[in-house]
Amino acid sequence: MLSSQIKSNEIVFGSCNKDLLEEIIFYAIGLGADFVEIFIENTDNSSVLAEEDFITSVSPSFGRGAGIRIFKGKKDGFVSTNDLTKHGLMRSVSQAIEMLDITDNKRELFNGLNKHRDYSLSKKKWINEVPSIHEISEKLLVSTKSLKKNNKIITRKGSYSRNLQEVIIASSDGTYVSDIRLHQTVGLNVIASDAQYRSSGSRRFGSSGMPNEFRLWDHEKAANDVFESSMNMLYADYVDAGQMPVVLANKFGGVIFHEACGHLLETTQIERGTTPFENKLNEKIAHESVTAIDEGISEGSFGSLSVDDEGMEPEKSVLIKDGILKKFISDRAGELRTGHKRTGSGRRQNYSFAAASRMRNTYIAKGEYSKEDLINSISEGLYCKSMGGGSVGATGQFNFAVEEGYLIKNGKLTSPVKGATLIGEAKEVMPKISMCGNDLELAPGFCGSISGSVNVTVGQPHIKVDSITVGGR
Amino acid sequence: MNSREITTQISKAADFLNLKKWDYGASFSNDYSVQVDKGEAKQLKASQKQILTIRVWNQSNLVGITTTSDISESGIKKALKQANIASDFGNKNESTEFSPLAKDPIKVKEVKKRNPVGIKKLLTVLREAEVKLLESHESIKSVPYNGLSESFFERVYANSEGAFRSYSKSQAALYLYARAEEKNKKPRSSGSVKLGYGADDIDIESCIKEASNKTISHLNYSSIKTDKYLICFSPESFLTIINAFSSMFNARSIIDGVSLSNKNSIGEKLSTEALNIYDDGLHEKNISSTPFDGEGTPTKRLCLINRGRIENFIHSESTARIFKTTPTGHAGLGSKVSVSPDWIIVEKSDENFDLKTSLDHSTYEGEFVYIEELNAIHAGVRASQGSFSLPFDGWLYKNGKKISIESATVAGDIKYLLKNIVNIESSQEVTTSGISPHIWVDELSITGDA
Repeated sequence: MLSSQIKSNEIVFGSCNKDLLEEIIFYAIGLGADFVEIFIENTDNSSVLAEEDFITSVSPSFGRGAGIRIFKGKKDGFVSTNDLTKHGLMRSVSQAIEMLDITDNKRELFNGLNKHRDYSLSKKKWINEVPSIHEISEKLLVSTKSLKKNNKIITRKGSYSRNLQEVIIASSDGTYVSDIRLHQTVGLNVIASDAQYRSSGSRRFGSSGMPNEFRLWDHEKAANDVFESSMNMLYADYVDAGQMPVVLANKFGGVIFHEACGHLLETTQIERGTTPFENKLNEKIAHESVTAIDEGISEGSFGSLSVDDEGMEPEKSVLIKDGILKKFISDRAGELRTGHKRTGSGRRQNYSFAAASRMRNTYIAKGEYSKEDLINSISEGLYCKSMGGGSVGATGQFNFAVEEGYLIKNGKLTSPVKGATLIGEAKEVMPKISMCGNDLELAPGFCGSISGSVNVTVGQPHIKVDSITVGGR
Repeated sequence: MNSREITTQISKAADFLNLKKWDYGASFSNDYSVQVDKGEAKQLKASQKQILTIRVWNQSNLVGITTTSDISESGIKKALKQANIASDFGNKNESTEFSPLAKDPIKVKEVKKRNPVGIKKLLTVLREAEVKLLESHESIKSVPYNGLSESFFERVYANSEGAFRSYSKSQAALYLYARAEEKNKKPRSSGSVKLGYGADDIDIESCIKEASNKTISHLNYSSIKTDKYLICFSPESFLTIINAFSSMFNARSIIDGVSLSNKNSIGEKLSTEALNIYDDGLHEKNISSTPFDGEGTPTKRLCLINRGRIENFIHSESTARIFKTTPTGHAGLGSKVSVSPDWIIVEKSDENFDLKTSLDHSTYEGEFVYIEELNAIHAGVRASQGSFSLPFDGWLYKNGKKISIESATVAGDIKYLLKNIVNIESSQEVTTSGISPHIWVDELSITGDA
């Protein structure tokens, strides 16, 4: 549709908003902005919770808003609003200009928006293809019923959420993009109890851009997995603390690389001066067996994107190649402030956050060993089959809970242990990843950081860390 | 639209859609914040936000809900329609009603609402604070995490039976996290957070001093040997633990089977008789206080532990009905109503004869570990199992010396911890999450690198 066909004083989703967006950008440039970016979203979300044999919560939500970011030199002003009228957007621009205290007469050129890149064309039908609340409820109830395998299971939960986000991105470099993103996630949780013993088990699955994925989800397999995990851990003893070799399982085991190393490779960390890898480009920072990748292009993966939140198509970034640091994850502000080229990694939770350099699908590449090779190489250590959450401190120290762990003795898995945490620092642990398995698998997750919570994938094959501090009792 | 107009609009739209019973909660906010980097403005941010959550009851008295940021006439109609559709899937197993206290009088603290000082002043103040912090010690090289913000917001609750509550307030926050570096040593980082009703009320000097002192005090560090230690929890760290395990007092968690307590736990002895714990959202020192909860129930002071025994649980409307008691003002507003504490107060009861009062963090000369701040709570706490394993910032006091602990975790069980409290110091301290004295606990496991 030609922009001249619609003249609107308000952003209208599904229509061409070029004239209005250009007017807003011209206005900001005229007031002295070096660069202007407008991010507009319209969301349609719903979530369903099943507990035991009942649906206990159905929560739809919808909303819309805009985030306007203006750069002057290396500083930026960001204003968000729910008011998508011309007046509301102009007012936000004025507020950002005022915040930045722009007084000089220098004016950047704005030659209008480029041809509209519309990534949403084939995706408009998604809203009609995703499962209905009724369909979701039925499958969740079947799933929670599948968890009722013995009387030691005292709580059973199944949860589903669907986020449909329609975005328009326009900026003074001519970027003009539209897209529709669909994310679905489903999780199962149990708590098992017997006398004084308690354990829990949980698994989460997720996809992007695949309306049918929930229908294809193998709930029976997932329920068996969660049940077995909780039963294995129910009578487990607490692990003894100490330094020891560990084998980390594939899939969500990759959360440690994500948290402990991946974040340190985001340009926001260079900007803050909080990464030990700032001046290590093309230097060895990890064992030569480690190659690590961050990309946004794997079809259906939870962290995949057609276009990032700054209008750039995501690239496949090899962060570490054979132990050598090759690249940082960068967004527009990161490129401006650190010189590292954008990687299509500018991401945000929603319109109320300015985009920042964030991971997408991040994983350690597969190696040559089998899982058994890794375990057989350890005389005494720990196998971390399932990881819980974790965090990284301001000085790079990380701490991760092991949800399901087993002692390794003489190259064999023995008794389950609970209460283990893995403690260390990326720059000390990365050189100790001495063996990578051949069984790379990915797992979905949510990553919270400077620009809010975003969907990501973590992953790795089984890996062996020669020595790490294991916290216990 | 203001809150009265929104209420009228919802009422009209509900009549049009033949929805007889509804309630809603809304919040409207204007926020301003600044961050700096070595004297330069880094990011300046302003946001205007509105959120409306509407619940409707259908003819079978099942509840449906919708949340939206679109508070236009059409947005409100759409939200009511969606909530009505969602009500077909309402929880048949546990009903929800209006709070019986939604029209009771509320206590509103007499705090003057501040006016915005504006981004420019926020920026000037934060720049000056950063400079002072950098100049406070030669080893402090940067303040990588910093921010000064002010928020102005209004909260509303109303229902179709005529309940209407509205409350507006202002709040400001300053955080400064410094990073210190010395040759051949690992960087160390620590910080401070201060709240006020407005930016002018924040004690900036004490925030700078606290951030500097805490960071510098960790410069000379050493590993700690893995073992069991006598522990002194700072007021902040003890409140962190209590909040992390607040499901013990939470009726919603009990019903859901994720609490260590059960319906019959009232009166159960958890700790020394010297321990009292209250939840007091309206406490005069609580800057974040609100006079009513998500269901419109007035906020109030509630005793959770009295002389070591569980005295009360916190409730929403539906959990209170199940427990045959009254709501306590701790509910959210959702499809499934959540319950959470407001502001925890820990104090020494008058039954304190069994305490080892010689244990005082400022005078005790024996060996102990002082836990200043607990980290990674979301990862290291298993509330449903009672266990925790948490990294911390702290010191080892040994042979009259105080050495910062390089990297360690403290692990244990909440019931064990509460049962092994050996002293509750007399002097309480106000923190951003509540009030507590220093608490001493015997024999907790510490994992260190040594």
